[in-house]
Amino acid sequence: MATITNVRTLRRRIRSVQNTAKITKAMQMIAASKMRRAQQLSVSGRPYSEKMQAVLANVAAQSTDTEETNPLLTKREVKRIEVIHVTPDRGLCGGLPSNLNRSLGQFILDSSASVSVVGVGKKGRDFVARTGNDLRAFFSDMGDRPSLESVLPISHIAIEDYASGFADEVHVAYGYFVSTAIQRPVMHKLLPVEPAELEPGQKAGYIYEPRSADLLSELLPRFVEMQIYHAILESVASEQSARMVAMQNATDSANEMIDALTLMLNKVRQESITKELLDIVGGVAALEG
Amino acid sequence: MQLDIVTAEGSVYSGEVNAISAPGVEGELGVLSRHAPLLTVLQPGELRLRIADQEDLCLAVSGGFLEVMSNDVTVLADTIERSDEIDEQRAEEALKRAEERISGTDEGVDLQRAVASMKRSKIRIDLVRKRRHRGDPSS
Repeated sequence: MATITNVRTLRRRIRSVQNTAKITKAMQMIAASKMRRAQQLSVSGRPYSEKMQAVLANVAAQSTDTEETNPLLTKREVKRIEVIHVTPDRGLCGGLPSNLNRSLGQFILDSSASVSVVGVGKKGRDFVARTGNDLRAFFSDMGDRPSLESVLPISHIAIEDYASGFADEVHVAYGYFVSTAIQRPVMHKLLPVEPAELEPGQKAGYIYEPRSADLLSELLPRFVEMQIYHAILESVASEQSARMVAMQNATDSANEMIDALTLMLNKVRQESITKELLDIVGGVAALEG
Repeated sequence: MQLDIVTAEGSVYSGEVNAISAPGVEGELGVLSRHAPLLTVLQPGELRLRIADQEDLCLAVSGGFLEVMSNDVTVLADTIERSDEIDEQRAEEALKRAEERISGTDEGVDLQRAVASMKRSKIRIDLVRKRRHRGDPSS
């Protein structure tokens, strides 16, 4: 910056940084208002998602010796894992997309089975395509307020691929919303459902109404839908929070930069005034002398 | 026993209850303390909670699941409303709309959805009327 000594170039630069600050400030405000809604949605959806997980874990732990087991509960040797990778569509949200992608990349490296990815969000798709991994399907533009219907095709693929034997495990990976400042990449197993650890007395077996096969064929798809839906809600909350913070930082540093540039501008201007004054004083002195 | 009612929008009820009566798909079912493990689908209907030293709490449930596991009851409801939150007029309008859709010959009508919507509205209206019948001064 030492090279900029001209008053005019300094002024131009200050103006350009001011414009940037205006844009980032606007984005910060937008993200902040979307963030509040998204955070509320994801946090209030947590009890349902957790309770459902608990119920399914209990179901999976029951001994099912009498009736045929639902295909979505059977464990198989893991040859291929399908990961539903939920990421933002757009950037300018700090390190969130790269953190998510890094955690997926690490998972693929560590996994002994081959991994197929169902991408939800453009940032994740780009990563999977760039690293040459298998992209099984891709969804985008879920929006800030995803509907449950928009999740159905995703859960359909997950269930289909698991039931048909294409994948032997289905995981879902997303940015878990911890707080406005913290979003943690998490991944958990969706299928097969991990059985709960029950005490011997609790394994007595459920009474199912209607019979277990019918009930499970209704409950399991619902479970997969809700878990994916909730993962997307968490992801939206994380994205908007991350964007809000990133834009706040951008605005702050733009303002800092404006201050520094203004200081420099004033110095340069004063110097030139002093120089002019000296010239005049020198000229007068020469005339008088 | 401990009861938790949750919907996708959040937790609706969490606390101790003495008895529950719920609309199972195979008929009305009552759950008392130390009930055997049970998992059932719920149909649209009335969920009634008996809470110690309180008046019964009635809720209109539109469907979902009910699980009983070692004295913990979990209701995963699609949607749920307390009877005093139901707007009778709105429910009646919704019922009329649904009936029109079913009787109409419009091609684009999703019959299944219309029938489900009619059932839900009917239950809401029933619940409000029953409440009034019992002489609840607040309604």
